[in-house]
Amino acid sequence: MFRRVLRTGLGQSLLIRGLGTRSGNSSLGWDGNVSEIKKKIRSLMPGEPHNFLYDTKHLPPEHSDVVIVGGGVVGLSVAYWLKKLEKRRDAIRVLVVERDQTYSRASTGLSVGGIRQQFSVPQNVQLSLFSIDFLRNINEHLAVVDAPPLDLQFNPSGYLLLASEEGAAILESNVKMQRQEGAKICLMSPEQLQKKFPWINTEGVALASYGLENEGWFDPWSLLQGLRRKVQSMGVFLCQGEVTRFVTSSNRMRTSSGEEVNLRRIYEVHVKMDNSLEYQPVECAIVINAAGAWSGQVAELAGIGKGPPGTLQGTKLPVEPRKRYVYMWHCPQGPGLETPLVTDTNGVYFRREGLGNNYVGGRSPTEEEEPDPADLEVDHDFFQNKVWPHLAQRVPAFEGLKVRSAWAGYYDYNTFDQNGVVGPHPLLVNMYFATGFSGHGLQHALGVGRAVAEMLLNGHFQTIDLSPFLFSRFYLEEKVLEQNII
Amino acid sequence: MAAPRAFPRLVPPKWNGGRRGFRDLSGVVTPEGNQRKRRTLLQFLSDHFYDVEFLREYLLRKQMQKVHLENGSYVRVQDTHGPDIAGAYFILRHGGAVKFRDKEWVRSDGWKRFIAEVSKFQAVPVEAIDASGCAINYHGLGNLLSLKELQSLSLQRCPHVDDWCLSRLYPLGGSLQELSLAGCPRITERGLACLHHLPNLRRLDISDLPAVDFPGLTQILVEEMLPNCEVVGTDWAQGLRQGPEQQPQHTAGPAPAQPLARESRRPLWSV
Repeated sequence: MFRRVLRTGLGQSLLIRGLGTRSGNSSLGWDGNVSEIKKKIRSLMPGEPHNFLYDTKHLPPEHSDVVIVGGGVVGLSVAYWLKKLEKRRDAIRVLVVERDQTYSRASTGLSVGGIRQQFSVPQNVQLSLFSIDFLRNINEHLAVVDAPPLDLQFNPSGYLLLASEEGAAILESNVKMQRQEGAKICLMSPEQLQKKFPWINTEGVALASYGLENEGWFDPWSLLQGLRRKVQSMGVFLCQGEVTRFVTSSNRMRTSSGEEVNLRRIYEVHVKMDNSLEYQPVECAIVINAAGAWSGQVAELAGIGKGPPGTLQGTKLPVEPRKRYVYMWHCPQGPGLETPLVTDTNGVYFRREGLGNNYVGGRSPTEEEEPDPADLEVDHDFFQNKVWPHLAQRVPAFEGLKVRSAWAGYYDYNTFDQNGVVGPHPLLVNMYFATGFSGHGLQHALGVGRAVAEMLLNGHFQTIDLSPFLFSRFYLEEKVLEQNII
Repeated sequence: MAAPRAFPRLVPPKWNGGRRGFRDLSGVVTPEGNQRKRRTLLQFLSDHFYDVEFLREYLLRKQMQKVHLENGSYVRVQDTHGPDIAGAYFILRHGGAVKFRDKEWVRSDGWKRFIAEVSKFQAVPVEAIDASGCAINYHGLGNLLSLKELQSLSLQRCPHVDDWCLSRLYPLGGSLQELSLAGCPRITERGLACLHHLPNLRRLDISDLPAVDFPGLTQILVEEMLPNCEVVGTDWAQGLRQGPEQQPQHTAGPAPAQPLARESRRPLWSV
């Protein structure tokens, strides 16, 4: 019997190899052939991946309960919370599909890494508070047996938001709301500001808000790696591939008022491998769109927005990639160790990086100056003309700075109201969104992950109520404007 | 960014549960990590059996919860006797010592006597706390933050005090004059940056912090940040190259500094 199995297994494999590599078969040599044979025998044993005809190790599984499109910090956070909150061990099979395993264009790795509670929408403040709590105890949450503890390199230096005369009233009301939610923010007059940070030029500043605790910046790459490690240990499948097609089924239903509605469900996701035409159809129950800057494209692929404009079918997901530049410079006489992440009245921001008087900063361009998001090339003239003059005006020591390096990254910019989209789509019932955070995705990722997992498993938000962030607000034209976008 | 921009090898996991290989991700702490050099029997078993793996995860979680349980807030004591007594009781239970104003030090072995004589300490503020070596963490520190007259705090060699704890110390800024962080294994220069919330600090001890990569430079930056404070730490000359005779090609610039460093160990600007 064993001999027959050997012959069948070897025969099939040799046949397949013979067809393709008839001439190159002898290049392996005796040792190579022996190890190939051993591999084939091992693959026949129970428990090993069973692939006679062709190698499928790189392909995602054929069935998966949840498919998460996008393996950045938001996607991995959703995967983590799904596995954490599932009722029984291994109850849900989660697959995370990430197109670029080097994360070269992902917003997570290119982010400046700040976390703050100084937002104008209460839900954003709650999300940040949740995230910072998680980050503080990250070595308990993301502990993996036998793995070294994570070092997030968190700088608890706080954020300093400066406001001019026009913005002072809004800043004050925002701080009042943030304090009610539990953030520790203090307001400072220009005199107090000058006393505390002597390197600042307080001209034009009417009021400043300073985060005393739970604000600062950290290393997003280490968070990403920690999440990947933990999520793999919990049994999530991470696969490299690009989602190219959603296969949906339709269901015509009637609302209570007699209107006909076409509810669709995605039942298959086609994941295409890199540099190849090979794809795997993954049968799924839920799809989560956490594709960051490319969420709009993924939504279009799923057929969201294909309909007459002004209707719910015709409402697109208004998330598009916006390019943002970050510059790193050196200034020997610059602000000292206590420097928070300073945000000026006109949107220029900077923070310290390390001990060597290096600083990282930039500015969000206005609508007219928006650069083309086709690639991640840096425009150095933008720094010369639009960033440096304001930096030098606010911090006189920055007149003598020297730019060391620069990079660009994408914001998954929500053109509607610059706030995230979380929750299911009303018509495509099993697609959930976790995107559109317009520059504060990293700091909200953990809270949003939990919210999406709760919505999926329980049907409603539990810890933080993110119902203002549902997709339906785009159709109902209810803007939840976030004013403190950096 | 501290993590280098070169991306580590990310290997897609095998489908046999995906457990093998994920620990080999180079991550951000040590590239070598826990490779297969010395696998104990338990580690081998947990690679192959779900039950053993679950048990090990459970034990790890229990270990982490232990520190948490001991660091609760003493709300009931606070309500009955006030925040000073609650904070003092917390420190005494954890093995530290407390000094009330105009009284002697109360050591941790005398905590029962403290409970018995608690009426003597009513309305007397706590002046100094010596929490050396105590297992206090971020939550436990919350018991100390309402001590508005605390002048001296010693957190020497506390194994769980880290940067997050330092960021929580700002409510003590009105009165705290002396702070000692010597020997804490988790404090880095990032946590030291939030000490500028303590404007009345006159003496700060930051010697022997193993997680600080550049002690000399850190000391200089902290001294610049806190101009009125005497910072006791490592010698600022530590890290400078020793001896002009070993490197004769140095210019006149750095050379004068080195003989000074070798002659006297005192920092130049201590008062």
